[in-house]
Amino acid sequence: MSERLTRFFASRWGIILAGAVIGVLAPLLQKLGNPPNMGICVACFERDIAGALGLHRAAVVQYVRPEIIGFVLGATVAALAFREFKARAGSAPIVRFVLGVFAMIGALAFLGCPWRALLRLTGGDLNAILGLAGLAVGIYVGVLFLKSGYNLGRSHKTYPAVGWIMPAVMIVLLLLLVFRVKANETSALFFSESGPGSMAAPLLISLVVGLVIGFLAQRTRFCTMGSIRDVILMGDTHLISGLGALVVVAFITNLALGQFKVGVFGQPVAHSSHLWNFLGMALAGLAFALAGGCPGRQLFLAGEGDSDAGIFVLGMITGAGLSHNFALAGKPDAVVEGVNQVGGISPYGMAAVILGLVVCLVIGFTMRDKN
Amino acid sequence: MTKQVDARGLSCPQPVILARQAIGTDEFPIEVLVETVTSRENVRRAAEKLGCTVRVEEAGDEFKLTLTK
Repeated sequence: MSERLTRFFASRWGIILAGAVIGVLAPLLQKLGNPPNMGICVACFERDIAGALGLHRAAVVQYVRPEIIGFVLGATVAALAFREFKARAGSAPIVRFVLGVFAMIGALAFLGCPWRALLRLTGGDLNAILGLAGLAVGIYVGVLFLKSGYNLGRSHKTYPAVGWIMPAVMIVLLLLLVFRVKANETSALFFSESGPGSMAAPLLISLVVGLVIGFLAQRTRFCTMGSIRDVILMGDTHLISGLGALVVVAFITNLALGQFKVGVFGQPVAHSSHLWNFLGMALAGLAFALAGGCPGRQLFLAGEGDSDAGIFVLGMITGAGLSHNFALAGKPDAVVEGVNQVGGISPYGMAAVILGLVVCLVIGFTMRDKN
Repeated sequence: MTKQVDARGLSCPQPVILARQAIGTDEFPIEVLVETVTSRENVRRAAEKLGCTVRVEEAGDEFKLTLTK
């Protein structure tokens, strides 16, 4: 039975099911209170967690997002149920950390992870097209490195307790959230009182949705970066059929819920600075490709015992702190006194994106196995 | 002589890339060693797509895939 289920989840229908479930649940979370076109965004939600912990002090994006906790723990449950939980470590962790940092800086320049890019598109935000184009170009460059021998080396089996660190971190986050731990007026946790961080679906619903998606994605290996990479690398359309299902179903759900508003300027929590939408996601795509998974996939891997993926996640959370502390993240479009102001990133943000691209290229060129 | 590809501990998509390279040499059978079910399914799918027959053996918590054509 277990083996038959495994084969189903590994099949094309399995991955389509995962994509379709995310496509329904993400817009529903938005309806239930999550920020617009941000039913689920792994990068944004990790950024909110960084804010809640006080790793950055951008007051509008601070909340311990239960979805992220659910993703990791749902994957843990699935991995345990199917005897796939395997503690492993040691594949160039510090490189993965750095890739996580720059992946986040790139994603926050655009204002979203690949999942949110798709959700923004299905909500009518046309800026997502440039983001997705950038993502594809970044992944394409990553594939060139993969073809020329790039890899971060082998991981090794290790003590089971190592694999439990990330699930344990998530359980601690959940407890902090449930008890709304706050030592004094000025200490963490911080919760936004306005802005996207203040918008959230009910805790329990967010957590359960996270668990369901975490479970399904662990079984099916759903990965947005992998979808595009596999098509470029070997014309394999398996993973991308899940991504297609997500887009189609999310589009229909957004239409049905009245959440589809087509446009470029002034889309929710988005900017129409085209070049930096493109370059931000190109950086993120390259970093994901070099690290072997999109931010969601890294969470699911972390849940099944892959501590290298856990390090990437910690890198992303650190990157979120740096991004907001150094004012690198994208600023949404705004209307000030009746005048349209296109948002975008500061010169510091531009420098950080370019630095990130350079660092990723150096990693790609210098970490190739010539044999 | 059986060609062996040791993809244990390598993360996605390395096992598939190595398996495809081995299949490209057209020397069969090929044994591919992997550690995770993900890699097992990925290599199996890629090999079958390239017209190989795949036999899987489980050894401890590792898998040996034998590819023939």
